[in-house]
Amino acid sequence: MTIAFRASGVNFDYQGVHALRGLSLEVGQGERIALLGANGCGKSTLLRILDGLCFPSRGTIEFCGQALTRDSLDREDFALQFRRRVALVFQNPDAQLFNPTVFDEVAYGPLQLRWPHLDVVRRVDETLAFMGIVALKERPPYRLSGGEKKKVALASVIVLDPEVLLLDEPTATLDPRSQSQLVDLIQNWRGTTKTVVTATHQIDIVEDIADRVIVMDAGAVIATGTPQEILSNTELLQKANLVRMHRHSHDGVSHSHPHVTRHSHK
Amino acid sequence: MSRLIESTLRRFARALSDALISEQIATRRGLLQSLDARVRVLALFALVLAVLLSRRILIIAALLAVAALLALASRVSLGLLAKRVWLVALGFTGIIAIPALFITPGPPLGKFASMTSTGLRSAILLITRVETAATLTTLLVLTTPWNYLLKALRELKLPAEVVTVLAMTHRYIFLLIESANQMFESRQSRMVGVLSSAEQRRMTARTAGVLLSKSIELSQDVYLAMQSRGFRGEVHALAGSRMTAHDFAALALAILAATAAVWIGR
Repeated sequence: MTIAFRASGVNFDYQGVHALRGLSLEVGQGERIALLGANGCGKSTLLRILDGLCFPSRGTIEFCGQALTRDSLDREDFALQFRRRVALVFQNPDAQLFNPTVFDEVAYGPLQLRWPHLDVVRRVDETLAFMGIVALKERPPYRLSGGEKKKVALASVIVLDPEVLLLDEPTATLDPRSQSQLVDLIQNWRGTTKTVVTATHQIDIVEDIADRVIVMDAGAVIATGTPQEILSNTELLQKANLVRMHRHSHDGVSHSHPHVTRHSHK
Repeated sequence: MSRLIESTLRRFARALSDALISEQIATRRGLLQSLDARVRVLALFALVLAVLLSRRILIIAALLAVAALLALASRVSLGLLAKRVWLVALGFTGIIAIPALFITPGPPLGKFASMTSTGLRSAILLITRVETAATLTTLLVLTTPWNYLLKALRELKLPAEVVTVLAMTHRYIFLLIESANQMFESRQSRMVGVLSSAEQRRMTARTAGVLLSKSIELSQDVYLAMQSRGFRGEVHALAGSRMTAHDFAALALAILAATAAVWIGR
């Protein structure tokens, strides 16, 4: 399998805190990966590093065999090609929606990447239709609901048809219907050439959105495996603060089990 | 409960409701709304310029009458203009104009020996100028959705960076109002009794501090989100649409009226 990203011994400090510590991982082209970890474990930082928005204080990052550094991204040819191929959806959609209307928001990326204007208009219209948000086209982002904002944020990167999609907590703050729509969308990319890396702490969607799971804790990778391998390892999930033991009683008999999946008491 | 919190919450609600009213007016079918946004900007700018250059009160009053007629033809109620513009402008300008009544040299005004007729003329000229210019500017803002106004400014060759800053200011001001509103509401829900004025000042300062740090954090994220979609220091935007004969005729009429007003009122 061709490697899209290779991180080797990556350290990253943020305001005196070690956000990433000696992190190493590989992401293959066409893989769907879930970065699983509790809040503050370094998932968002890792996604920003993979998107070339911040750079490791130690260690290296490669994208398709090329070093991803400040210098390489200062070169216009590499930067335009990289931004065209890799896209990040931020956890907070308000950070990503800064244009006066939804149409302008979705058109922003293609315009900065110097696409011909006719292509931009056509592609934006197609993307709005694909995401089912044509009705929002002329609306200002501050008048949208949380779910609508997330959809527009996703549309603003899908419009570029990137090879690699980095999603930071994409289902957070979404209502159940919008959540399942988003999961369906990621599921539809299975078997395509699209690489999808999703940072999440929601273990109930992992099996649907990933073929491989990378578990993070305190800025480092502590395990990788298939969703089934990871989700059946209760000890690992507890160590990563993803499940808690739930103690309760039935007919006077007390017992405890991890809150990970549905269960019956028979 | 603190009066400060109540009045602040009322002000936040008023700011949001004013924005909503403006948006509703901008989507009504009216004379100004039917014109291209660039024509609205240029035509109203020409009339404002005429107001500033004209020295005859009658001519400025005639332009104020034109502005009122434009408001009616654009389905903007005169009551709204009176509340939002005329009374506010009269209050502010009145304070500045009152001393002119007494200190401007000239023949005394009948029985009021301390006032001069030149002073009275100066005061009326100042007030009518401000009222008319403010009415025309408010009409532009009320009849043009903010996104069209920004687009028009961009198409009129205002630098893209300036337009982007204006767009973001407008976009994020609502987000920050919402944040501040939530902070005040959460305080209100946990408070009993009346705050002393020292406590009120401390609370306001703390809120301002938190909002400032929130806005700094958000601005950093927005910059990263822009970079992530290809921003490299220069904003690229879509080319503008074509103006119709109706637009050209309206623009010509406005320029003609402005020129005539300057000529007659010189």
